[in-house]
Amino acid sequence: MEPAVLTGEHFLNGDVACAEGALAAGCRFFAGYPITPATEIAEHMSKRLPGVGGVFIQMEDEISAMAAIIGASCAGVKSMTATSGPGFSLMMENIGLGIAMETPCVLVNVQRAGPSTGLPTLGAQGDMMQARWGSHGHYEIIALSPCSPQEIFYQTITAFNLSETYRIPVLIMADEIVGHLAERVIIPQSSKISLQSRPRAKGRKDRFKPFHPGANGVAPMAHAGEGYMVHFTGLTHDERGYPAMTADAQAEMIERITGKIQRNLDKIIQVERYRLEDADIALVSYGISSRSSLAAVDEARERGVKAGLLRLITVWPFPEQIVRELAKRVKRFITVELNLGQIHLEVQRCAEGRAPCLLVGHAGGAVITPEDIVKKILEQT
Amino acid sequence: MNGSTAPKHPLDGLLRTDRIPHIWCPGCGIGTVFSSSLIAISSTGKDPANTAVVSGIGCSGRGAGYVNLDSYHTTHGRAIPFATGMKLANPELTVVVFSGDGDLFAIGGNHFIHAARRNMDLTVICVNNLNYGMTGGQAAATTPHLAKTSTTPRGNPESPFNLPLLAYASGATYIARWTMLHTRDLTQSITEALTRTGFSFIEVLAPCPTGYGRKNRLKATDMLKIYQEKAMVKNGINPAETILDLEHGITLGKFVEYDRPTYAENYKAVCGE
Amino acid sequence: MKFWRVPLDTEQIVVTRGVVHIIEERCKGCGYCIDYCPRGVLEASSRFNNRGYHPPVAKQPDLCVNCHYCEAVCPDFAIYSVEAAAQSISEHPVK
Repeated sequence: MEPAVLTGEHFLNGDVACAEGALAAGCRFFAGYPITPATEIAEHMSKRLPGVGGVFIQMEDEISAMAAIIGASCAGVKSMTATSGPGFSLMMENIGLGIAMETPCVLVNVQRAGPSTGLPTLGAQGDMMQARWGSHGHYEIIALSPCSPQEIFYQTITAFNLSETYRIPVLIMADEIVGHLAERVIIPQSSKISLQSRPRAKGRKDRFKPFHPGANGVAPMAHAGEGYMVHFTGLTHDERGYPAMTADAQAEMIERITGKIQRNLDKIIQVERYRLEDADIALVSYGISSRSSLAAVDEARERGVKAGLLRLITVWPFPEQIVRELAKRVKRFITVELNLGQIHLEVQRCAEGRAPCLLVGHAGGAVITPEDIVKKILEQT
Repeated sequence: MNGSTAPKHPLDGLLRTDRIPHIWCPGCGIGTVFSSSLIAISSTGKDPANTAVVSGIGCSGRGAGYVNLDSYHTTHGRAIPFATGMKLANPELTVVVFSGDGDLFAIGGNHFIHAARRNMDLTVICVNNLNYGMTGGQAAATTPHLAKTSTTPRGNPESPFNLPLLAYASGATYIARWTMLHTRDLTQSITEALTRTGFSFIEVLAPCPTGYGRKNRLKATDMLKIYQEKAMVKNGINPAETILDLEHGITLGKFVEYDRPTYAENYKAVCGE
Repeated sequence: MKFWRVPLDTEQIVVTRGVVHIIEERCKGCGYCIDYCPRGVLEASSRFNNRGYHPPVAKQPDLCVNCHYCEAVCPDFAIYSVEAAAQSISEHPVK
């Protein structure tokens, strides 16, 4: 057996760092389908998984890849897939299945410019709203956005921990630039990595209800083969997992799958605040765009404008409360993202008219430069 | 002598009896195929805790909801890839896919051929009722040419798949076809499939009196008579020579059984550990 | 069973006998068990079950040879047979 955690200092691109993060998090099943710019994640997993006792399978499409990782997770193995825009679209239906079946798994989207085939080799952040609402029906989702290879390593571990803790598919919304950017990545000792596991079924097997929530709103999970004879379905179901075709059952189930996230927002949401304490202008950004934003904050400060950055580590659930609080004291928000206004809409919503919300957007295919952002900051002061 | 004092059906232990009666229409053959599957599952003597049933969507897809085993009712067409993940994650499990022709061969057709190609160690039971029953009897990839359905009111302009041939060409290592009337052969085939390794495919014809039957003026019992009269049992015949023609004959039997390494065996051999 | 010439081993041959049980509330009245019982044991009853179907009734229970075919063909888990004491072939009733 090879070590799952490659402790040490490495020079890795974001895709490979993501794969190493998954292995460090205990991922032992990967199903995928090649797609630029996420292919390197699958390639690296195909190389590494056999050595750590895991299984890699290249499926016939992204639909089956998503189905396979949910199946594997239902059998008790931490599982992951990785894709980009077109594949992400194909995975949407089974993301809903993972939500309804409350099955932990991690899905990485290394975003490229769309719509459709778009710009396969060039980055964008255009799938952010799809990440939130792409599968049909009303639900909550967790999505993280990394800004560097080092961060994607850690975020992948966090993604597994959150998915296990809350029994929910977790999305890592990376982008082509982070995926293909090679930088120093420090992998800590495995003893320094804290891992979470899903709450597990115990007690009388004949009385077990696979969707009866525990203390934090999350139901303990029984795996296939453990003798609990569970039933999981994508149909609206009661706590036994049995289909229940009524409005009441629907309301109860939606409350269960959204409530477990909404009641734990403080434990889920992570942001980074940079020079925000006295800021008049709050940049809001995530992923690769947040690195340009960081540079822009310093540049603007040098020019005498009190700018700061709210960097979203967790994009979904959206840090509503944090933006609401900021809206009470900043003069304006500028959202910086590689699309023409998606998270911008969320910032607008949460600012509730207290502060003007501007956008530095881009249709994708390039990075937003610090100069673009500084220009916008200065225009408005 | 027809004592009905506290009757307990021999399969009650494998049924979620609190969900019976099931949703299948009077005369629908899915329940019979389901029953044969349960008899086969219990006759293998394996620990039921180590058997998982995975279904897709549709009438047959409801099968997973009635079996008192670990059971997963997935999305439309995706039972096989779900089962693939489950089997690879826990090779000790016996994983049965129980679903319908529309689910497995139209929306899920691609997954079927690839799982067969990989010789994934799954038992796939396809209840073929020649149409989409759940949605009210639309044409499927198995609907006979010229047959009437709610989306082919003038007759089906398309031709159906020959499922055993499709399975054979794709690499399935066990292929049988029966009708729901041939319960003993069917049960035996499912038992064989469950106790061997490799991708096993069993197609079972079953009447859909509400959908296909009504549109084609075939009562459930008429369909059963066709099964009885047109059945030709030809074990070992080349799947290319099998026919499914309600007028001229229905070839039944165990057509194919051979061994080759499964995905997991090949993975272990090639990728090592 | 009547014979025109009694076989020499009549005394040794026994016919399996069965008792058919019907779970009436599960029945949907498809009639498969009635149509396909090889011994003609069953017929549709005139009464309704709680879902409005006519469950089968054993009109000739003594003919049941416990072949389990009704049990196997029933799509609704509504009928099954269990073994009864065997009887010698000469005592066995004619279909």
